[in-house]
Amino acid sequence: MNLTLRIWRQSGPEDKGRMVKYQVDDVSPDMSFLEMLDVLNERLILAGEEPVAFDHDCREGICGMCGLMINGDAHGPQRGTTACQLHMRQFSDGETIDIEPWRARAFPVIKDLVVNRNAFDKIIAAGGYITAPTGSAPEAHSVPVAKANADSAFESAACIGCGACVAACPNGSGMLFTAAKVTQLSLLPQGQPERYTRVIGMVDAHDEAGFGGCTNAGECTAVCPKGIPLTTIGRLNRDYLAATTKQGDTPGT
Amino acid sequence: MDLFTEGDPIADTRAPDGPIETRWERRRFEAKLVNPANRRKMTVIVVGTGLAGGSAAATLAEQGYRVKSYCYQDSPRRAHSIAAQGGINAAKNYRNDGDSVHRLFYDTVKGGDFRSRESNVHRLAEVSVNIIDQCVAQGVPFAREYGGLLDTRSFGGAQVQRTFYARGQTGQQLLLGAYQALERQIGLGNVEMNTRHEMLELIVVDGKARGIVVRDMVTGEITTEFADAVVLASGGYGNVFYLSTNAKGCNVTATWRAHRKGAYFANPCYTQIHPTCIPVSGDHQSKLTLMSESLRNDGRVWVPKVKGDDRAPRDIPEDERDYYLERIYPSFGNLVPRDIASRAAKNVCDSGRGVGPTKLGVYLDFTDAIDRLGRKAIEAKYGNLFEMYERITGEDPYEVPMRIYPAVHYTMGGLWVDYDLQSTIPGLFVIGEANFSDHGANRLGASALMQGLADGYFVLPNTVANYLSAGPFEKIDGSHPAAVEARRDVEDRIQRLLAVDGDRTVDSFHRELGQIMWEHCGMERSEAGLRKAIDEIRALRDQFWQRVRVPGDGEGLNQSLEKAGRVADFFELAELMCIDALHREESCGGHFRAEHQSPDGEAQRDDEHFAYVAAWEFTATGEPSVLHKEDLNFEYVHPTQRSYK
Repeated sequence: MNLTLRIWRQSGPEDKGRMVKYQVDDVSPDMSFLEMLDVLNERLILAGEEPVAFDHDCREGICGMCGLMINGDAHGPQRGTTACQLHMRQFSDGETIDIEPWRARAFPVIKDLVVNRNAFDKIIAAGGYITAPTGSAPEAHSVPVAKANADSAFESAACIGCGACVAACPNGSGMLFTAAKVTQLSLLPQGQPERYTRVIGMVDAHDEAGFGGCTNAGECTAVCPKGIPLTTIGRLNRDYLAATTKQGDTPGT
Repeated sequence: MDLFTEGDPIADTRAPDGPIETRWERRRFEAKLVNPANRRKMTVIVVGTGLAGGSAAATLAEQGYRVKSYCYQDSPRRAHSIAAQGGINAAKNYRNDGDSVHRLFYDTVKGGDFRSRESNVHRLAEVSVNIIDQCVAQGVPFAREYGGLLDTRSFGGAQVQRTFYARGQTGQQLLLGAYQALERQIGLGNVEMNTRHEMLELIVVDGKARGIVVRDMVTGEITTEFADAVVLASGGYGNVFYLSTNAKGCNVTATWRAHRKGAYFANPCYTQIHPTCIPVSGDHQSKLTLMSESLRNDGRVWVPKVKGDDRAPRDIPEDERDYYLERIYPSFGNLVPRDIASRAAKNVCDSGRGVGPTKLGVYLDFTDAIDRLGRKAIEAKYGNLFEMYERITGEDPYEVPMRIYPAVHYTMGGLWVDYDLQSTIPGLFVIGEANFSDHGANRLGASALMQGLADGYFVLPNTVANYLSAGPFEKIDGSHPAAVEARRDVEDRIQRLLAVDGDRTVDSFHRELGQIMWEHCGMERSEAGLRKAIDEIRALRDQFWQRVRVPGDGEGLNQSLEKAGRVADFFELAELMCIDALHREESCGGHFRAEHQSPDGEAQRDDEHFAYVAAWEFTATGEPSVLHKEDLNFEYVHPTQRSYK
């Protein structure tokens, strides 16, 4: 099939940026979206033009490196799918496709479709862990975990940190990302001692990094390639409320 | 010209002797310690943030060393360990099915086709149990039974259920555990994290590894970084084949640059071709996607009995199907090790019985398992993998059998290390897939995660301390002649790549190199093929330096330039892989030489002549490498012809 692409080109953080139109012909429906961009880039290089910079790595939907706004949808039209796993059979011949970077205050553009997502790492560094220095762990079976809790924790832990939630949010909020980690760790017995300091640390880091507030618009969960549910944000809010009243306490004490 | 020369054998691997189950304990006791106050004065550079590098950086920082960590991705959480699906082995024996440290040790040595070091493998099996404890304490959400205890499953090459898992995303969950421990240390100011940075050279001063040259991939700035020890955890080199299950950015540059600076490269020809990947769909293919080996627990592999049978799989009656793994290997069936399953798939396809549009595929069929366990149970176990398959192929594996074909997945070879995980350059440690040490000629499923975390959490922090007990070493900075030279080499190389301004893209060269390697140094190798490959690689490498076109400049983000540097190193590695494969006149594990097979087509080892590690020393570009042999002695697991029948 033949496609018209309109791609955001921006040479660096200082450049204003603009949409540029490209024609790509003979696209196979079995190509992934990124393979289609590879074809374009090969052609641009041979024509003496600068190829389009975009982030990608594993190309199997798990590393979270790729992230494109495709026709205004984070990761494109197919639900539960990262841009690297989106295949061209989802598009039709003759279509015009708009491709833009994530746009959010906390994710400044580096070049073309590449943005800086270090803000996510800062949120994790502020509490998204269980303090368990190497070698200090008790025998794994000493604390049973109810299967339902382990399964729910896994569901939240499946977050790949791609940032689609932020890009889709009208407020540029990173609350779904933050809540996914808070939920995972607060569902596990190992996560209890730091449960309340964690949520406060992470929410503070989230706000400091320039993410907007959450107004429960729900756009985040709709575009999340791993289907992280909105209920995680409810859980974060409950923990946050509890934490502000009993900061420093550990549950059960 | 001869392809290589032979040098002195490697006499000392620094492994303690005595009963094997006491060796690691003895080594730890004999290792010198560093007093906590002195640890703050010492810096360790860690390159790579996967399971090995992430866990090592976090643990060294916990212990009080100053750590500088580097990764090419935009976050340490994205290293390719994240894509490991199936699970992690540990000798917990929670199933009471006869497992033990000794059995895991035995299975791993046997699975590696008797080409690994007993002492290392035993240590790996010993610490495997600590890894599970550590990960559970970090909040890794492993699969659990209804009683709240950990679930396990079977994996290839073992008859016990010792594989712990988190649905089909075990690597992701283990990596995020290590990443979170690392982020904690970053937050505490103990680790300086450098994302989007690529190591392009090693700095060696007075025979010791003392630093690296890195390029900031965003600004293009090249800097020299110094430390008392350097740890490479930069992964494997499967991308030399262009198409592999590795991430697009995975590369050999860090280890290859260290090799050129004096670190021996061991067993480069040992590559693992994974049997269950989604087949290639066309020329546009940029990477291959693995379908976890765990699928072979419930899926049955088959092809039509008759060549050229083009009927839809559902229309082929049961008695006209050949469940060839169950037929040839009745005791392990669909769970034979990876090298054996891959070659069997190749053989049935070579005989004209392959399926799918390219005929390079076999069926992996879940009909029986769905009938037996119900669709819901299969969904719970493999749901995400089935969805991934459908997204890529457009076919629903609940209704139509999956089509799979082998693909390059893992490299057992890597930089040579001693028992302490130290390379032949003092102060340069190599961990995880980047080293060669534990998997012999074939890695068993769910053992890569085990090794990465064993090295990073439990082995390296002990052995690196022993080395650093002699530190801190003399302070050096960017004006040191060794640093100036290393930096200039990097800058010259970048300018050379940019200056060619030819008429072919980097990717076109990489694809062509990959085809040569897949054809002649892939699942089956022969003397004639390997000789041909060496000539073709050399010719193509010359072409590369005359015709490659790298657009833009070195001043900012330039993804073509990054790729060009990596592909240039792959060219050099590819030649060494072929030479290693050519010199090893036997078949073992993932290295299958057409000339060396039993009458029924199984790999035929030659223990009398080849029970050694081939460690290659770099001399000069275009000059023959020097082969150093490390003899392998088997005191506990007696080498036998591997049989999974």
